[in-house]
Amino acid sequence: MQFKTTSSPYISSAGDVGSVMRQVLYALVPGTLATIWYFGWGVLIILIMAILFAVSLEAIMLKLRGRPIKPFITDYSAVLTAWLLALALPPLAPWWMVLIGVFFAIVVAKQLYGGLGYNPFNPAMIGYVVLLISFPLEMTNWLPPRMLAEHQLGFMESLGIIFSGTPTGNLTWDALTMATPLDEVKTGLSLDRTISEIRQSPLFGDFGGQGWEWVRNWFALGGFWLIYKKVIDWRIPVSLILGIVIISTPFFILNPDSYGSPAFHIFSGAVIVGAFYIATDPVSASTTPMGRWIYGAGIGILTYIIRSWGGYPDGLAFAVLLMNMAAPMIDYYTKPRVFGQRRQGP
Amino acid sequence: MELHLPNRLWHFHGGLHPEQHKGFTRDKPIRSSTLPDQLILPLQQHIGAEAEACVQVGDTVYKGQPVATASGYVSASLHAPTSGTITGIEDRPLPHPSGLSGTCIVIEPDGRDEWWPERPAPVDDYLALDPADIRQRVRDAGIVGLGGAAFPTAVKLNPPSRHQIDTLIINGAECEPYITCDDRLMRERADLVIEGVRIIRQALGIQRVLIGVEDNKPEACDAIEQCIKDKKLKDMKLLRVPTIYPTGGEKQLIKVLTGREVPSNGLPADIGVVCHNVGTAASVYRAIAHGEPMVSRIMTVTGKGVNAPCNLEVLIGTPISHLVAQAEGYTDQAERLIMGGPMMGFAMSSDEVPVIKGTNCILVARSNEVENPVQAMPCIRCGRCTSVCPANLLPQEMYWNARARDFDKIQDYNLFDCIECGCCAAVCPSHIPLVQYYRFAKTEIWALERAKDKSDHARERHEFRLERLEREKKEKAERLAKKKAALAAKKSKDGKTKDEDAKKAAIAAALERAKAKKVQAEVQPKNTDDLTEAQQRQIDEAESRRKALSEHKATPEEASEP
Repeated sequence: MQFKTTSSPYISSAGDVGSVMRQVLYALVPGTLATIWYFGWGVLIILIMAILFAVSLEAIMLKLRGRPIKPFITDYSAVLTAWLLALALPPLAPWWMVLIGVFFAIVVAKQLYGGLGYNPFNPAMIGYVVLLISFPLEMTNWLPPRMLAEHQLGFMESLGIIFSGTPTGNLTWDALTMATPLDEVKTGLSLDRTISEIRQSPLFGDFGGQGWEWVRNWFALGGFWLIYKKVIDWRIPVSLILGIVIISTPFFILNPDSYGSPAFHIFSGAVIVGAFYIATDPVSASTTPMGRWIYGAGIGILTYIIRSWGGYPDGLAFAVLLMNMAAPMIDYYTKPRVFGQRRQGP
Repeated sequence: MELHLPNRLWHFHGGLHPEQHKGFTRDKPIRSSTLPDQLILPLQQHIGAEAEACVQVGDTVYKGQPVATASGYVSASLHAPTSGTITGIEDRPLPHPSGLSGTCIVIEPDGRDEWWPERPAPVDDYLALDPADIRQRVRDAGIVGLGGAAFPTAVKLNPPSRHQIDTLIINGAECEPYITCDDRLMRERADLVIEGVRIIRQALGIQRVLIGVEDNKPEACDAIEQCIKDKKLKDMKLLRVPTIYPTGGEKQLIKVLTGREVPSNGLPADIGVVCHNVGTAASVYRAIAHGEPMVSRIMTVTGKGVNAPCNLEVLIGTPISHLVAQAEGYTDQAERLIMGGPMMGFAMSSDEVPVIKGTNCILVARSNEVENPVQAMPCIRCGRCTSVCPANLLPQEMYWNARARDFDKIQDYNLFDCIECGCCAAVCPSHIPLVQYYRFAKTEIWALERAKDKSDHARERHEFRLERLEREKKEKAERLAKKKAALAAKKSKDGKTKDEDAKKAAIAAALERAKAKKVQAEVQPKNTDDLTEAQQRQIDEAESRRKALSEHKATPEEASEP
């Protein structure tokens, strides 16, 4: 009898790229629902829009590059990129900004570099940084969390603003939007106010901003689940947060008037989402166990440096991209000790 | 004085818990296989030099009579597994991943199964034998490691004197899924194993023995422990090791039992350890105590592709189709035929190949059990392979470099420390056939090294040839010059020929033409012709400065020249 031959191992491995990405998406759900609850329908509209744009652009690019479309669309990587980018955008960002962001993320940062697995930079962060640099004003149009909002926007109202680009009726941007906690700190400090004075504002909660910190808790919960399921390596989130703690603690102790507490830095801005969902993007991160410590800590430290002394209120996106650049070198110099390479043992 | 026997275990990095699938055969007692119509003995079924046939077609042989002799120190002889007639010494397909053919001795059994009268006499007092005597008997019996690698056992019983061996490790881990032959051997014939271990210990001149068995085989552990206890053996201990694939890898088991790491590019003997498989120990016992050379082995025939999975004691050379028949034939799910376990075995295209000394398992499986139905995706660098690699390598980096054919860089990542256990490929979410890439890279590097050796040799020959040609040319030129001189001397007497005059006139005309052209070129205006006085002055000044500078610069340089 004749048989077909293949190469070993002869074992069908569980899971595939799609299941990895899907699990990350599941983990994002609680935090995303919380974001919608606190910041309104705009979040959901932008999320859906970004996913539609991303999947369409991915399909078009795969077609142009002559690659099979189905296996690469069903890997859910484009959906994940769009989702992470959407979470970074203000809840009422105009539709064309979403499109530009997704275009740079999917087409430029991912497909032009060779598609899944070949992108040196985190696509979502490329899309976000392009928007942040090009449209700084629009990118700061954040809404207040629901308990501070004077006017709760309905679904149609949000849709209208996103597609027309301006608030309708008697609403104005000034009435609708509010600074983010990190913006508030940055502006306050530049006006020579102390952190404790700035924190008098109703915007702030226990650690970070009101509402904001609860959103972070839900995202962290999803992150813990991902670590438990071994979808992401625990080293990157832990080292990232440790990096922030290590650099922020001495400044906070020495000068609490000008520097936020470690807890404030962890619960504000992009740190929690970044630590669990963005820095852990395997393609652009370091892959060695030791390298992941350096990579995560580097992002934490750079984020703090940019926040405290740089021109932007938050710096995680830049920190991620900078460490993406360093990842191949980190990997090369942090090769683990190979079995039997140096004598060990009793 | 009793030697130190450890109570603790160490562990190695990574590893996997693949599905065991041992339930197919773990409770099936070892059965003797029936005689096939034909036995096929490849001359190469061990690591080392191919054996040399010492019989002719048409010869009648007895069971246990040598049919091929070891052709070097690292080689193993072959014996007729039963009595019969040699019907051929010819090329047959080999049980090898390449699917290539090789020389095999083909025996047609006569059914009498008669032992060779001249075989070594059984030794009752085998523990009194001299180590050299044991080694010679093991060598004559053609024993090779039964764990799979089939390295000649006699060589491993004779470690170079520079090594201080202190521990014998007996490998009964059997970590590959599906396989249960060592499990059954230990459960049913613990006595043979232990006596074999005592002989090996005697041959090595050491006392300390650690037997490693995975804790998924409690009956086997109990049987061996009971046997050690009954015989009141000292300095011998069974250790139940955690069931983690690939604990049965030699390097991994040594690490788990002793905490020592076999150095990269090194041997267990470098760290004072010699490792043998339980099956090998039993064969050593039979060879010495019963005078039976290695003519059979125990193996597992299993998987959903056979009707009655079983453990069989088979004669070396039995065709696989014959074994499948004893497992009551193929089921309709027989889609892949694998020799060895699913992690490190290899698929075969035909069941007409024979069992060889290293064959521990035949797995007949459904295709979707043993391979991924979906296509490979790009590597997303998730690092799962890194976390399971028992050699602590970076499989994803080796993969990138193998793909890029960067064979220098891939060696930076210690490609040759890869034991091809398959853990990385088994966990890869992109379903990349990683091990295949490493085998490809290793083969390419070996080929490049061979080519380099060849080209070095060729270059030397080429240089030698050039030298010779140069010498010959010189000699020829000298001869020619001599001849010419002689001719010229003769010509000067005759005067110039007419032909030479015509040539000279033509050359003169050509020179004239060239001269005219040059003059014409000089008349053409330069862009420095129409200069104002001031410009001309500037140019002159610059020229003089440059001249001065270059003279100044030239002096020290010239001075430095010899």
